[in-house]
Amino acid sequence: MIFEDFFLRALVAGIGVALISGPLGCFVVWRRMAYFGDTLAHSALLGVALGLLLGFNLTVGIIGTAIMIALTVTLFQHQKRIASDTLLGIMAHSSLAISLVVLGLLQGYRVDLLSYLFGDVLAVNYEDIYWIYGGGAVALSLLAYIWKDLLALTLHEELARAEGINVMLIQTLFMITVAIVIAIAMKVVGVLLITSLLIIPAAAARRFAKTPEQMAVIASLIGSLSIIIGLFGSLEWDTPSGPSIVVAEVILFLSGLIFGGLLMSKSRRLS
Amino acid sequence: MEDILSDKTPNFSDPSCGCGHDHNAPEPSGEPLIQAENLTINFGGKTAIHDVSLTVHKNEIVTLIGPNGAGKSTLLRALLQAIKPTKGEIWRKHGLVIGYVPQKLNIDPIMPMTVERFLSIPDKRPLSERETALKDVGAHHTLKQAVQSLSGGEFQRVLLARAILRKPDLLVLDEPVQGVDFQGQTELYKLISRLKEQSGFGILMVSHDLHIVMAETDRVVCINGHVCCSGAPTQVSDSPEYLALFGGQTKPGLAVYHHLHDHSHDSSHDHPHTTSDQA
Repeated sequence: MIFEDFFLRALVAGIGVALISGPLGCFVVWRRMAYFGDTLAHSALLGVALGLLLGFNLTVGIIGTAIMIALTVTLFQHQKRIASDTLLGIMAHSSLAISLVVLGLLQGYRVDLLSYLFGDVLAVNYEDIYWIYGGGAVALSLLAYIWKDLLALTLHEELARAEGINVMLIQTLFMITVAIVIAIAMKVVGVLLITSLLIIPAAAARRFAKTPEQMAVIASLIGSLSIIIGLFGSLEWDTPSGPSIVVAEVILFLSGLIFGGLLMSKSRRLS
Repeated sequence: MEDILSDKTPNFSDPSCGCGHDHNAPEPSGEPLIQAENLTINFGGKTAIHDVSLTVHKNEIVTLIGPNGAGKSTLLRALLQAIKPTKGEIWRKHGLVIGYVPQKLNIDPIMPMTVERFLSIPDKRPLSERETALKDVGAHHTLKQAVQSLSGGEFQRVLLARAILRKPDLLVLDEPVQGVDFQGQTELYKLISRLKEQSGFGILMVSHDLHIVMAETDRVVCINGHVCCSGAPTQVSDSPEYLALFGGQTKPGLAVYHHLHDHSHDSSHDHPHTTSDQA
C-alpha cells in the first residue's frame, strides 16, 4: 500500500506528538491539571495572534505565551482571593477571546482559524515535523530529568521538600515542558482538543499499568494507536483529522474500560 | 541513665513537682543534627509559635507533644524548611539527610503504584535493599501489592521502610501511629526503637497523645505556642495513672509523660517562659 506524502507526514507528526504526550499526560492526570492544560492550550492561540501581530515565528510565539501563562498561573496559585479554577477559567477564556479579537483586526492576513482550533495534521510540512521532533526531544529530556522528583512531589509536596527536592524549580520545569508540548501538539489536534491528547491515553492506560512508568509507556502506545486509527479513519470517511484522532482515543478508552472490566470479573471468578 | 549526666549538669529534680521522679532527660551523647533557636513564626497576624528552641542529636529520640493548634506542625514544617521562620534560626548539620514519614499520604488510585516501586521514591534503591527494609519493618508480604490496597498499619510500615532506605541522619515521624490500633501502636514503637538501635539516627517524633509516649523517648517536649515543659518520660510500669487506665497489663513500648508546667495559659504570651531544664 502506498500513501501520499502528506499522509505519511501526518502519521510521523502525529506519532511524534503522541510519544511525548503519553508520559506528560500521566502527570497532567495525576496532578489533576486537565483544566490547567486547557488554559494553556487556549493561550496558545494568543501566541499565534501575537506572533502575527508582531511578526515573529508562530511556534516560538506559542511556546513563549504558554510559558508566560503557566508562570503567571503558578504565581497566582499562592493567593487565596480567587479560587484556582476560577482563575484558570478567566485566563483560558480571556486569552481565547483576546486572540480572536486580534486575529479579527489583522485583516491583511487570511488566517485559517479552524485549523488552529481543531488542527490540520494533513497539512503539516517538514518544518512542522522538525519542530515536533525537536521540541518533543527537548520536552522528553526535560521530563526524564525531573521525573523522579516530580513523582515524589506529586505524591506529597512537603515530603519532597523535606527530603531536599527543589519544589519550585521542578514545578517550573514541568510547566515549561507542558508549554512546549502544547505548542507542538497544536499542529495535530488544535487548541480546543489538545487536552484530550494528554488525558485520554493516560486515563486509558491506567488499568493496564502497575507502576507510574508502565502507565507512561502504555499511554504513549495508546496515543500512537489513536493517531493511526484516527488518520486512517479520516482518510477513509473524509472526516476532519484532529477530531477523528480524538474519537479514536475515546473508542480505545471505552474498549479498555469494557475489556478491562471483563478481564477483572473473569479473574475474580477464577480465583 | 544517671552516669550520662555530666558533672557540669546540675540536678534538675524540681521539689515543687510532687510526682517524685526525675523529669529530666539525660545529657544527649550524640552530635547535634538539627537545632532551632528562639524560633518565632507568625501566621496571618497570629503567632503560631513563640521563642521555641529545640535540638535533636544523633542517637536520640525527641517526642513533640501538645494540644491541637499548639504549633507542633508549624514547628515541624519550619524544621523541614517548608516555611520560613519570622524570627530565630534553624541550624542543620552539613549534608543532613532527612527521612520523613508524613502524617497523611493519600495516593490517588489514578496513580498506579506498587510497594516495590514506592520504596524507590525519590531515588532508586536496589531491590535487595528494598526487600531488607520491608522485612525490617515486618511488611515483606506487601512487596508486590498496590499501595492503595494496604491497611493503615501496613502503609505506616511501608512509609517507615521508605524513609529508612534513604539512610537518614534524622528520621522525622509525624504522628506515626495515628489510625493504628493499640496493639499495633506498641508494635510500631518497638519497631522504631529497634531501628534506631540498629542505625543510630536521631528521631524527631510528633505525637497526638499528651500523656502516653514511646518508652524509649529520651526527651519529651510539650509545646503550646512555646515550650511549656520538657523532660524524660516515666516507664509505664512505674506510673499509677497508666496502671489505673490499663489495669496493670503492661504494654511494652509505652511510657507516661508527666507534665511540669510552671505557668497557666490564661495570660497572653508577651513574656518569656522557661522550660524545666532551664530553670
